[in-house]
Amino acid sequence: MKLISTILALSLLGGAFGFAADANKIVVDGSTTVGPIAKAFAEYTMRQNPGVNITVSESGSGNGAKSLVNKSCQVASMSRLLKLNEYEAAVHSEILPVVHVVALDGIAMIVHPGNPVAKLSMAQVKDIYLGKIRNWSQLGGPNTAIVIISRDTNSGTYETFEGKVMKGEKIAKNCEYVGSNGAIRQRVQSTPAALGYVGIGFLDNTVKALPIDGVNPTPETVKDGSYPIARPLYMITNDYPKMGSHLYRYVNLYLSKKGQTMIEEIGFIPVTSY
Amino acid sequence: MKTNERNLVMSDAASRLRRLAAFFSKGFLFLVAAASLVAVLLIIVYIARDAIPFFKLRGLKELFAGTAWFPSGNPPEFGALAIFIGSGLVTLGAILVAVPLGIAAAIALSDILPYRLRQAVKPVIEILAALPSVAYGFFALVIFAPLLQNHGGSLLSLAAWLIFLPLGLLIAFAVSEIATRSIRADVAPAARWLLAATLAAVLVRGLAALSAILKNVAVSSGTNAFNVSIILGIMALPTIVSVAEDSLQAAGRELREGSYALGATRAESLFRVIIPAAGSGIIAAVILGVMRAIGETMVVWMASGNAAQVPQPWFNFLSPVRTLTATIAGDMGEADQVLGSERYHVLFALALCLLLISFFANLASEWILRRQARRLGGLK
Repeated sequence: MKLISTILALSLLGGAFGFAADANKIVVDGSTTVGPIAKAFAEYTMRQNPGVNITVSESGSGNGAKSLVNKSCQVASMSRLLKLNEYEAAVHSEILPVVHVVALDGIAMIVHPGNPVAKLSMAQVKDIYLGKIRNWSQLGGPNTAIVIISRDTNSGTYETFEGKVMKGEKIAKNCEYVGSNGAIRQRVQSTPAALGYVGIGFLDNTVKALPIDGVNPTPETVKDGSYPIARPLYMITNDYPKMGSHLYRYVNLYLSKKGQTMIEEIGFIPVTSY
Repeated sequence: MKTNERNLVMSDAASRLRRLAAFFSKGFLFLVAAASLVAVLLIIVYIARDAIPFFKLRGLKELFAGTAWFPSGNPPEFGALAIFIGSGLVTLGAILVAVPLGIAAAIALSDILPYRLRQAVKPVIEILAALPSVAYGFFALVIFAPLLQNHGGSLLSLAAWLIFLPLGLLIAFAVSEIATRSIRADVAPAARWLLAATLAAVLVRGLAALSAILKNVAVSSGTNAFNVSIILGIMALPTIVSVAEDSLQAAGRELREGSYALGATRAESLFRVIIPAAGSGIIAAVILGVMRAIGETMVVWMASGNAAQVPQPWFNFLSPVRTLTATIAGDMGEADQVLGSERYHVLFALALCLLLISFFANLASEWILRRQARRLGGLK
């Protein structure tokens, strides 16, 4: 934060005296979910345009909104839209929030390949994570206790899961927490009784992804909106960026083929399909 | 007339200069030495500074008595009792693994193994300390956890045999030795063997029953307190072995020779003379090893399961647990540094507890070591 404010102060100072071109500095603040996209885009933009300096911080969607409102960032990377009061505050400080949907985030429920359970409903997933359903036999599987695994509470994947599935209710205490998508996949592929969740981009054939409410988790079902555990990811700017500016290129990178590849590599689903 | 003699008496000015230089260089060295102390103090001050707001906001009771840990919930809950118990449980497990093994290894290295073998074994044990903890964590997560899940019961019964068979046989022989002491000398050996054989048979039957029970234990999740306890025990081993071995060595050759000269056997010298003399050093070694286990982060974050629950029953090592260190490491990312939320400060509150625990344990080991140094000084 200090760094950001220093950079901001410097750039303001530069602007006031007219020696640094303001347009070369872009500050991005916001969600940890969108953070990896913002960082990958920043790296690419800086490589393509030497002299451009992009700082990305991940202090949460709420802080992204706050920074946008008090003009300490140009791009708020958010995993949700602005709340009404944030919108109001933005309008009051003469900021017009413009939303760019840069990618979609879909979460797949995964089990061990040997698990006979073939489908789950949203209500069942929620009940399992609430600790109401504790045994696979209640779901037509073998008589073993379900080992529930979650991402750590810091991750955006957790945030999505909590918002879309748990809807604010608290996950059972016996839930295990794991530090990365890869680690969840590893735990599930080696634990016959495990149920976990990963971003759809992390699926492979070592684990079995279950259809939820009859819909398979694929990029297609996320894109057409039929898969239930998914949400859009946003970048929000003040007004539409000036055409041709670095900021314009940065927030529109997701529309290019290169941007799409980057989003896929991080494990999200691009909105474009080249 | 020219003189080549050097004036041995320094001039006043030169002497003042030298004293000044000596003063400043001493001061400089003092500052360098003090820097680490200052760093420690600053760490304590800054952690306390960020921890205190939490206690102001939420008080003490919730953190130390509550078991609901939902820092990101709405409203959040910060009951860390389960986390304290988790840290305690894995530390206890690590002690159970590392202390008997470590002390036995230290005694073997210092007094039993031949010198050449010792020179070969000690570096190998010390290599354990050089492995990065993420490597241990990876092993625990990728190899040990699935192994526990797939062959948990057989592994447990194997462990029971390995631990209790030698221990039990040792006890059986000792008991039969003591019990037959007062018997007539001509039948004593026969009685002794008979008793020992009976005891051993009982032991084997008991162990067979135990292992039959253990074989049926199903480990549903391999990332649990048991897994981490064993790995942490192995990690604490080199610390315990090398400090304990040093203190056994420090007991000195005179003590050993004196004991032998009085007619004591090697076992008698070991248990009656050398181990008591090195006792406080061994205790200090244990404390240092325990500190290593409490403070370890990466392994527990990767392989303890991180479930903030109180195991049922509390000593259920097969239950996933969450520890203080893993909580601090894992929850720091999203905790809001900017606004200084409760979720941020609670981590510092946990860090402060951890710091106080390790501070007092270190203090205790320092005090014990110093006492030993004084006592040995008196013996010589």
